[in-house]
This record gives sequence, structure tokens and C-alpha cells, in this order.
Amino acid sequence: MATITTIPHMPVRNGDDIDNTFDDARIRAPLIVGGKGFADVTRVVTRIALEEPPGWWYLAFAGALGLLSLMGITIGYLMLAGVGVWGNNQPVAWAFDIVNFVFWVGIGHAGTLISAILFLFRQNWRTSINRFAEAMTIFAVICAATFPGIHVGRPWLAYWLFPIPNQMAMWPQFRSPLLWDVFAVGTYFTVSLLFWYVGMIPDLATLRDKSKNRIQQILYGIFSLGWTGSCRAWHRYERAYLLLAALSTPLVLSVHSVVSFDFATSQLPGWHTTIFPPYFVAGAVFGGFAMVLTLAIPCRALFGLKDIITLRHIDNMNKVMLATGLIVAYAYSVEFFTAWYSQHYYEQFAFQNRVFGAAPWAFWCMFICNVFAPQILWFKWARNSLVITFIVANFVNAGMWFERYVIIVTSLQRDFLSSSWGMFKPSWVDLALLAGSFGLFFTLFLLFIKFLPIIAMAEVKSIMPQAHAHGHGDPDLDRTDYRPDETAHDHPGGKAHPAV
Amino acid sequence: MNASKRKRFLFPRWVNFALPVLIVAVLGGGLYAPTLVTFGFSSSTIDVGYAPIQPVAYSHALHAGELGIDCRYCHSSVENAGFAAIPTTQVCMGCHTSVRNVSEKLKPVQESWETGKPIEWVKVHDLPDYAFFNHSAHVNSGVGCVSCHGRVDTMEVVYQAERLSMSWCIDCHRNPEKHLRPRDQVTNMQYKPEAKEGESELAAQLRVGKEIKEKYKIHDEAYMTSCSTCHR
Repeated sequence: MATITTIPHMPVRNGDDIDNTFDDARIRAPLIVGGKGFADVTRVVTRIALEEPPGWWYLAFAGALGLLSLMGITIGYLMLAGVGVWGNNQPVAWAFDIVNFVFWVGIGHAGTLISAILFLFRQNWRTSINRFAEAMTIFAVICAATFPGIHVGRPWLAYWLFPIPNQMAMWPQFRSPLLWDVFAVGTYFTVSLLFWYVGMIPDLATLRDKSKNRIQQILYGIFSLGWTGSCRAWHRYERAYLLLAALSTPLVLSVHSVVSFDFATSQLPGWHTTIFPPYFVAGAVFGGFAMVLTLAIPCRALFGLKDIITLRHIDNMNKVMLATGLIVAYAYSVEFFTAWYSQHYYEQFAFQNRVFGAAPWAFWCMFICNVFAPQILWFKWARNSLVITFIVANFVNAGMWFERYVIIVTSLQRDFLSSSWGMFKPSWVDLALLAGSFGLFFTLFLLFIKFLPIIAMAEVKSIMPQAHAHGHGDPDLDRTDYRPDETAHDHPGGKAHPAV
Repeated sequence: MNASKRKRFLFPRWVNFALPVLIVAVLGGGLYAPTLVTFGFSSSTIDVGYAPIQPVAYSHALHAGELGIDCRYCHSSVENAGFAAIPTTQVCMGCHTSVRNVSEKLKPVQESWETGKPIEWVKVHDLPDYAFFNHSAHVNSGVGCVSCHGRVDTMEVVYQAERLSMSWCIDCHRNPEKHLRPRDQVTNMQYKPEAKEGESELAAQLRVGKEIKEKYKIHDEAYMTSCSTCHR
């Protein structure tokens, strides 16, 4: 079996985390550590999907299902009673429903950024995290899509969101960004799902070949589309993946831009801002990476993936979070500058109101979580500390929710006429739906962990040193006939594989 | 264990035959379902031709057609109210105490006359409750009865002749010229606009319709297609 010895300047941190975060021009830092070979990667990852899940999984799943049923019950109550059970009313007609929508769509951004943009930029470290980041994207978009669906008030007529020819001669307003949203989010979901699935095919084949259970073999067999691992299959797979990556890349930027148009094209001070599209996209990537870290840190510890999702991955994600956090901080500040510079009374008032007015706590929660908290990531010791990273990531998760609350609710609370001002107070249904959406997200995510390959095994192997080996006679490293489903014992001594 | 001996699940051979079947089924289903919904659920399929059995075998063909009684003789409120009145037993008996008073078909009316229990007519042109249709607004703007109800003067049993769907209403609300006529011609079932020399019937209708639209001050398209014009 191929092994690489630990490179001398990689001290062990936190007990068993190997420090591969060094930047040394003479040597490429390994992305997979702990002397792992191809077969080890296969074993570690397939075990998670094929073996009986650990006890905590059942506990977590029960908790997630509990929250999901809370969501189901609340939506049922909402459908029976009507949207009056929410806290929204004039003038705050958009509140938790749209805040949660934008929050979840934002989280859905990191997955495609990692899998598409980082792929096109040949950022090899993406391979360890792209699979579950994409899964997170899909599930976050599902959570997001729930909210406009129930926000329409009569969810059984939610299909009116789509321009379907009908005998009422009634169409959505094509000039409204709300309709563009339907297309943007719909396209994003479809392409992300395709991208996720296509990327998973070789790994599903590995699961098929590794599973002992006939039903599992057949199911994984169907979903791996009869993958054989032939050269031709790989060639077409790589082409398809590249094309889908190119297709997804503009979507990463377009979706949240269009979501920001929902606000930016209106006339309301606090919404009517040209900076919104880039600001929203940066915020979405910021929040998305925070959620990836929130999921990755426990997963790597609980499933023994510390050698695959290494400190270097955490470090890189922290850097992305810091960079996008700075863009967000800049956007926050420049909004105040613009308000002052505009010399526009209502614009200035809207921003004063944010900081000192109707709900200053929301603004300060946002500002502390999103602007102050990430600054600690300038320090390498903070980026390499899992505890600090996890805490900062959760600050950002909360901060990004408050950002949407600040933009949506505080802008609506006080607009032009003081006679039409009003406050917003969430009802218990609002809070239950927010909690319930986490239930939906984690139910889907835990099912994903249990049944699908959570690491892109085939891709991870392609960036390991063994894939680019110059073996100098070492039979293991000279091999070129590697198949994704083999175990270390298939090739004792690395003898040439008989033709299949 | 040797890799070449390990059992690996691949699609069995018959899948090669199942695949085209599946593709045809998906494509066929993808065509069939929208076609079924579009035509099967269309108001021209499920609403047009609705002709419920009425408690009295009353013939519009005889009364409105052959005898030429004006619509407003029985549906008297049509010019002044939203609802076009269904005639009471007394209206029927106004003539039928003397005319054809031994007819078998008249039995239920006479029974109602004697007991004082109204005749339970079945509503044919039934709009949903959230659509506020007003007869007087239409009749006084020069929309003929025939435009919505069809040739009632030829119907032995009244049936729904038009779709009465929202798009059908909107079509006319967008271009009312095609259906407008002078107020005194509203109940005329065979009205045709007077055509000038060499003018087609449609061109004549559009010309007359336009004049009437001006004359009766009919609202513009924006008002006529606003949600709250019909849904309040």
C-alpha cells in the first residue's frame, strides 16, 4: 500500500490534527495527511454510508425530525388559519418569511462556489469539502424555497409563481424581480442538483461495489448509472463535470444578485441601493462558508475525517470567510457614507434609524457578528483553532440572519410618512417556522450523511501524491491501472490488473 | 478476494430494452399530461354545454324566439340591478291564467301558484362568488345578451354557450369594441351593425363599437383589467 511519511515540518496539533498549513515554496503542502493511501480514503468514506450509524446520529436525527414535524404542524396551522398567524402586518408586510428565504438562499451559495468556481481555478483543496458543501447547497435551497411557497398566503396556489398558460389569462408580472427570483432560484437548484449528482456517480459506484447488501447494491447500482470506471466513462464524466462547472459559475453570482433586486428595485430607503447585488453575493459566500465550517468541524471529528478535511482546509475556508467578511464590512460602511453623501433626507433617516431607531439591537447583533467577530481570523492561531473557528462561524451564521432582518424589517418599520410607521413582533409561528427550517435542513443533511458518499472520493484521490507518482520502481507508485472500488488487497505488490 | 471475481452489480441485459420504453413513457407522459390538463380541464370542455334539467319544461325557443317576447319582460331587473331577475310564478301566470292553461307542461307552475311555493330554477350561468358580475353595468354599456348567453331564442333547454372563464371575460375587457351595440339593440338576438358600402361585417362592428365606446364612456383597458374591477 502506498504510504507517504509525514513531512518533517508538520507538527501535530490538538492531539491528532497534523499541521499542514505551512507555506513553503520548496514543497507543496499535502492536502491529505496521516499517511493515507487510495484504499484508506475509500474505506474511511464508504464506511460512513454503509455501516450502521453511530448512536449520536440517531439522537441528532430524532432531534431534526422533531423540528421538522414542528415545521409541518406550523405550516398546517398556517394553511388552516391564514397568514394572520404571523407577526407581519402593514407596514412590515415582509418579515420572517422573507428573512428566512434570503438567509437560506445565501447559505446555498458556498456549495456551488466551492464546486464550480474553485474547480475552474484549480483549487485542489476543494475536493475534500465540495461534496457536502454541495449537499448543503441543495438542502438550503429547499429550505429557502419553502418560505416563498407559504408566504404567498395560499400555498395550494403557489404554482401561480410560474408562468403557466391558464384559462384565467393571468400571468406573473414579468417586470417584477420576484418572478426573476423564481427563475434564478429554480435554475440554481436544478443545475446544483445535476452538478451534485453527476459528481457523485463514480463514488456511488464505489458504494455499490463496497456494499454487501443486495438491495443497497441494486439501488447504488441504478444511481451510479452502470458506471464501470472505463477510460471512456471517465473521459465523458470529466467533460460533463467541466461543462456543468462552467454552467454553474455564473449562477453563483446571478442568484443572489437577483434576490437582491427584490429590494434594490423598490423605492424604499434602505432597499433602493445599487450596491446590493455584489454586497448580497459577498454576504452569501460569507454566510455559506460559515455554514460549511459549522458542518465540517463536527463531521471531521465524528467520522474520523481529520486526515481528509485537514487544518489546511479549515485555514483556507477561514481565509475566504475573512475576505468576504471584509467585503461585507465595506458594504455596510459604504452604505452609511452613501446615505450621508446623497444628502437625501429619507435615505439618511433610514440609516440613522438602523443604528439608533426602531430596532438598534438587530443592527448591533449584525455588526458585531459579521464585522467584529471575523477579525480574529487575521491571526493564524485563530484560523488553526477549531474551537475559535467554530465559534466565529456560528457568529457569522447568526450575523447573516440578522443582516437580512435589519435590511428587510427595519427598513419597512419606518418609511416616508411617520403616520404609517409600525413595529414588528414575531409570533410563535414565526419562531417555530425558523426553528423548523433547521429541522428540515438537518433531516436532509443527516440522511445524506447516512446514505451517500460525503467526501468526493474519486476527486480526493486525484489530488493525492500517489495520483501523480514518479515511483522510481516502487510498484505501488508506478501503477496506472487504479480503479476507484478496489481495496488495498486487490493488488498485492501492485501487479498489473488483468484486463476487465 | 480477487477483484475480477467480486460480484458487482451492473444493469442486467434487459435494461437495454427497458430504456427506450422508459424514454418513450417519460416523453409521452410529458406530452400527455399537459395536453390532458390543457384540454381536459379547459372551461370549453367542462363548462360549455351545461344544460341542467329545470323544474319546468320551459322553452326559450318558443317564448323568446317564436313569440318574440323581449328578454326584459321576464328578466326585468337586468337594466337596473346586478342580478338579472328570474321571473316569479306570478310573472308566468300573468299570461298563463288565460293562455294555454291546460298544458301538461304548466302543471308545476300552477302548483306553485296554488301552494305559494316558488319554483326552484337551476342556475345555468353561475360565476364564482369572488367574481362580482353586474348585469346593469354591461347592459347599459351596450353589451348584448347574446354575447354571453348565446342564441337563447333558439334554445329548447337553456345551456351554457360560452366559456365564462376569466380569460374569456378579459378578452372582451381588453377589446370591448367587438361586442358593443346601441342600447336599444341589447336584447336583439340577431343584431348586425349597419355596414357601409364595401365594408366587411367585422370592420363595421369595430367602427360602431368604437363609436359606442366613446359615447357610453366605457373605461380604458387599465381600469377594465384591474383586479379590483371584478374582485373586490
